[in-house]
Amino acid sequence: MNNAHGTVFKYGDNVDTDVIIPARYLNSFDAKELASHAMVDIDPTFTKRVKEGDIIVARKNFGCGSSREHAPLALKSAGVACVIADSFARIFYRNAINIGFAIMECPEAAAAINDGDEVKVDYTTGTITDVTTGQTFQAQPFPEFMQKIINVGGLVNYVNGKKSVNE
Amino acid sequence: MTKMTMTQKILCDHAGLDHVTAGQLIEAKLDLVMANDITGPMALPIIEKMGGHVFDKDKVVFVPDHFTPNKDIKSAENARDILKYAIKENLTHVMVQGKCGVEHAILPERGLVYGGQCVIGADSHTCTYGALGAFSTGVGTTDIAAGMVSGTAWFKVPEAIKFNLTGKLPQFVSGKDVILHIIGMIGVDGALYKSMEFVGEGVKELSMDDRFTICNMAIEAGAKNGIFPVDDLAREYMKNAGVEDWKEYTADEDAVYERVIDIDLSSIRPTVAFPHLPGNAHTIDEVDQEEKIMIDQVVIGSCTNGRMSDLRKAAAVLKGHTVADNVRVMVVPATQKIFMECVHEGLVDIFVEAGCAFNTPSCGPCMGGHMGVLAKGEKCVSTTNRNFVGRMGDTEALIYLASPEVAAASAIAGYIANPEKVGGMSHE
Ligand code: SF4
Repeated sequence: MNNAHGTVFKYGDNVDTDVIIPARYLNSFDAKELASHAMVDIDPTFTKRVKEGDIIVARKNFGCGSSREHAPLALKSAGVACVIADSFARIFYRNAINIGFAIMECPEAAAAINDGDEVKVDYTTGTITDVTTGQTFQAQPFPEFMQKIINVGGLVNYVNGKKSVNE
Repeated sequence: MTKMTMTQKILCDHAGLDHVTAGQLIEAKLDLVMANDITGPMALPIIEKMGGHVFDKDKVVFVPDHFTPNKDIKSAENARDILKYAIKENLTHVMVQGKCGVEHAILPERGLVYGGQCVIGADSHTCTYGALGAFSTGVGTTDIAAGMVSGTAWFKVPEAIKFNLTGKLPQFVSGKDVILHIIGMIGVDGALYKSMEFVGEGVKELSMDDRFTICNMAIEAGAKNGIFPVDDLAREYMKNAGVEDWKEYTADEDAVYERVIDIDLSSIRPTVAFPHLPGNAHTIDEVDQEEKIMIDQVVIGSCTNGRMSDLRKAAAVLKGHTVADNVRVMVVPATQKIFMECVHEGLVDIFVEAGCAFNTPSCGPCMGGHMGVLAKGEKCVSTTNRNFVGRMGDTEALIYLASPEVAAASAIAGYIANPEKVGGMSHE
């Protein structure tokens, strides 16, 4: 994972998986196709405006709703580098970690950063910088076991690694 | 040493530890791993990368329910792929359209989930099985693939909220009203990352179907799982489902809870969650005082309220009445067995004579897949569990979540209605 540096798309509380990727598109799991419908029900212009490296900032309980891994996958393939929120729904949180998509819990940053701000995120230190306003924030670093999963490239490799140890 | 909650004890045993505390990361052994026709096909290539084989052919299940009967070519391919894989791996429990139903109804009905188990499913409502005293929770596709191959999953041991139930539900009030009331009270993230443990003398007053409904919607409060202790009613349910070796857990007397909430069941009113959040709860009395909310569709079914007692309650309200001209009603029994019981008990006659469509078991309209998708501006009273924007079709459609009885009363009235006032007769 590299550092993120991009423009912010700001949303509110309880952004759910039905608006991140609506169920009507779930008969596909092609990442590119999913990406082309990302956020369509909350922000129809999102996919036209989002650029590689951009950042979503939202408030409480981001990703609530279904267990669909299509949701973090759609955002990741749409080019979103990172989501910063007050808190995440637990399945979305797991899914993001498991596919190696960066998410940061930081209520202070989520409250202060505005739509359209230019923001930098340093994943190793957890520092979030709002370049537009000059403010900086400190997010919790990932717990150690999650760093392990992310470092080996996600849960697939993590499981494969464990199997070869057992055999 | 701090004492443990029900959930913590189950996780502790499955991690092979003497003791766990909230916040601890553990790796637990899994007793059942489930995916459906949306999450399963996406897991198959990941399973392939992990070696291609399941850890135990008795403990892995694929249920085709979301877009079945296959609604289009892509859905047909997805359902085909999981079935082919299940047959190739020689899985013990192969689920095929016509012999199964909605995952969270069929697994308990077949005795595949039961007390004391640790279960993951690639579907958020996997938390339903807590009604039988299991730890069960929803995960995503990569987690499910890893679970199917390794038979293990990582968990952060949750803290818990204790719901102390007392009293008895009044007539026309059921499990759905209880959980909508609770989510309205604590909010859609009120139990985020936590367990919801339901205990107290009020538990024995709740039917198994009420308990399934309550646990089903734990996720709508953000919870990791919902769980009830095993009592005689649960034992009887499991015996009837052919289970022999369940295990019963109770929380330590002085287990630590994040908070304790007392719920007097006798004070709960029929409750409706307004668009667009399950926590947007209003009692039927508040609805009554406002202007009539005219509706276009009613859905009675799903993993939340598509079980036998749900359909009996809806039929009791509908019996001898007809559905209002402005409304179409979809009744969707959750499993083939429930479908058959509806035939034998004469419920199908009641529904069809009243003017309802009686459909084959499926998730159907619940997630806007098919069999009842909503147009722009339409309003729907639904016994399902989510009323998010776009959940059942157009993003400008409005979904009101309610019990089977409120849904049936509303179908007759043509607007959101109180079952105490429309039709209805005494029924169990
Ligand atoms: S009935 Fe609805 S909530 Fe239940 S599993 Fe199916 S789509 Fe999900």
